[in-house]
Amino acid sequence: MKKKSVFKKFLYSQKVAPYVFIAPFVVTFLVFFAYSICSMIIMSFQKVAGANTSFVGLDNYKILSNAVFIKSLKNSIFYTIVTCILMIPIPMVLAAMLNSKHMRGKAAFRSILFIPALTSVVVAGVVFRLMFGELEGSFMNQVIGVFGVEPLIWLRKPTTVWIALFLLCLWRWTGVNMMYYLSGLQQIPEDLYESASIDGATSMQQLRYITIPLLKPTTIYVLTISIFGGMAMFSESYMLFNGNKSPNNVGTTLVGMLYRMGFEQNNLGIASAIGVTFLAIVLVVNLFQLKLNGTLGKGEE
Amino acid sequence: MSMTKKSKIMTTCLFIFFLAVAAITLLPLALLAVSSLRPGSDLMRYGLNFSIDWASANLNEYKLLFSGENAYFIWYKNSLVITVVQVALALFLSACVGYGFAMYNFKGKNAIFLCVLLVMMVPTEVILLPLYRLIVGMKLVNNMWGIILPYLVVPMLVFFFRQYLSGIPKDFLDAARVDGCTEYGIFFKIMVPLMKPSFAAMGIYQGMQSWNNFLWPMIVTNSIDKITLPVGLQSLLSPYGNNYDILIAGSCFAIIPILVLFICFQRYFIEGMTAGGVKG
Repeated sequence: MKKKSVFKKFLYSQKVAPYVFIAPFVVTFLVFFAYSICSMIIMSFQKVAGANTSFVGLDNYKILSNAVFIKSLKNSIFYTIVTCILMIPIPMVLAAMLNSKHMRGKAAFRSILFIPALTSVVVAGVVFRLMFGELEGSFMNQVIGVFGVEPLIWLRKPTTVWIALFLLCLWRWTGVNMMYYLSGLQQIPEDLYESASIDGATSMQQLRYITIPLLKPTTIYVLTISIFGGMAMFSESYMLFNGNKSPNNVGTTLVGMLYRMGFEQNNLGIASAIGVTFLAIVLVVNLFQLKLNGTLGKGEE
Repeated sequence: MSMTKKSKIMTTCLFIFFLAVAAITLLPLALLAVSSLRPGSDLMRYGLNFSIDWASANLNEYKLLFSGENAYFIWYKNSLVITVVQVALALFLSACVGYGFAMYNFKGKNAIFLCVLLVMMVPTEVILLPLYRLIVGMKLVNNMWGIILPYLVVPMLVFFFRQYLSGIPKDFLDAARVDGCTEYGIFFKIMVPLMKPSFAAMGIYQGMQSWNNFLWPMIVTNSIDKITLPVGLQSLLSPYGNNYDILIAGSCFAIIPILVLFICFQRYFIEGMTAGGVKG
């Protein structure tokens, strides 16, 4: 009885309480995250066949010079770069236009543009896969037919595959990014624009010298999520091609390659080596990011 | 006078432009909705488009969906249960952790918080394989806990709650302590009520994540009565198109509840889904 109350006192003390509060994170972090990272790093140096594992040194990392792997890495990087180029200026301009005092029906348009973000990658993928179908009557073929272009087999050729992937990304995320920019715009004081227009600045100049520089924190945030989202892209391609397979690997991404090795070919060592490479890329990008942004900790305190 | 005329033209141009943008945005969903009124075999033969014979449009697809001769509503139920359980647990546990970080100073705080940031930065796809092997080892394949457990504490939510609570002065806590409130009493009786508005936004953020999650549930579950709605819908996408009836109507019916919720609770949706940007 007495022991219990001592324990209770210990548990309720102001010194111990914070650890109780953060315990759920520490436990899940150790069990799921830290353990996974460690076992992945170890496995990347092993050949795993059933219960038998043997160390093979850097053999698994030979995959890094494999042509298909390099293609998948290039695909991921290309996708990331283009989505960053598209997903920053377009939502920014849309937000600035929507925020203009000449705009009517702001709230309604804002909501409508946000709706695609509510759909799952599966539903969006189903629609886009069918829209970009190869039949003459598939929607995109009808659209280009209006301009007199012959029907295309969209999901076979690299160029058209990329068009489909970028349109899918634009469709789903423009509204969300625009929302980030709208909240960024609301933090810019109105009188800045007033004094600028008194000084005779055109609206283009105001955009160039007031809006864009003051939206920098938002842009950095959007850039960050776009880079990580882009490098981790897999489900979109999986849906468009109805599986982790695309003609001549036109839509195979880094994660696609990891999935193929780990889950389809059961080649755990090589998949782990890809995972470790991916982790290294993520960490390097992060370091770069921290440098660009000033250290994260400082920014938030 | 010319000024007002100019601004009128401006207003009209902007409005027309956004009408066009809105139309393009809604187009894929409209395509889906229109197609759900046609037989799936039509889609297979003619492709997904707007041409529809309104005279023969009907709700047969939906009747088929509701007839119960498919697993659709099993998936629906699975998704619903997983979403509710995951949202409840993730909100509660992440709020605890966020509160711990916001309100206390303790040894190792910064190092542990760095771990939160680390988990937030590393895409979950990186550890897909070792995590899956862990779940296999725990015998949680085809079990909803296999989907839920790794994401019990969501770093994004921890981060958000920490930010949200850091605005509350700490002497507030001391006053409560003087009144004889225990450390946990303070959290449950004082803080949780204060956090209510953030629970709504974060609940919706997490709810959307859970409801729409595809990759992880696809990896952890494979039996037809354990998979979630997105995984189930994906499985209908066969090259022969024999499941298109259920696929199209089912996709529509997967969006409708969210759309209704969105229309009712727009503010929380937008707040929740763009919460990451608030730190800006």
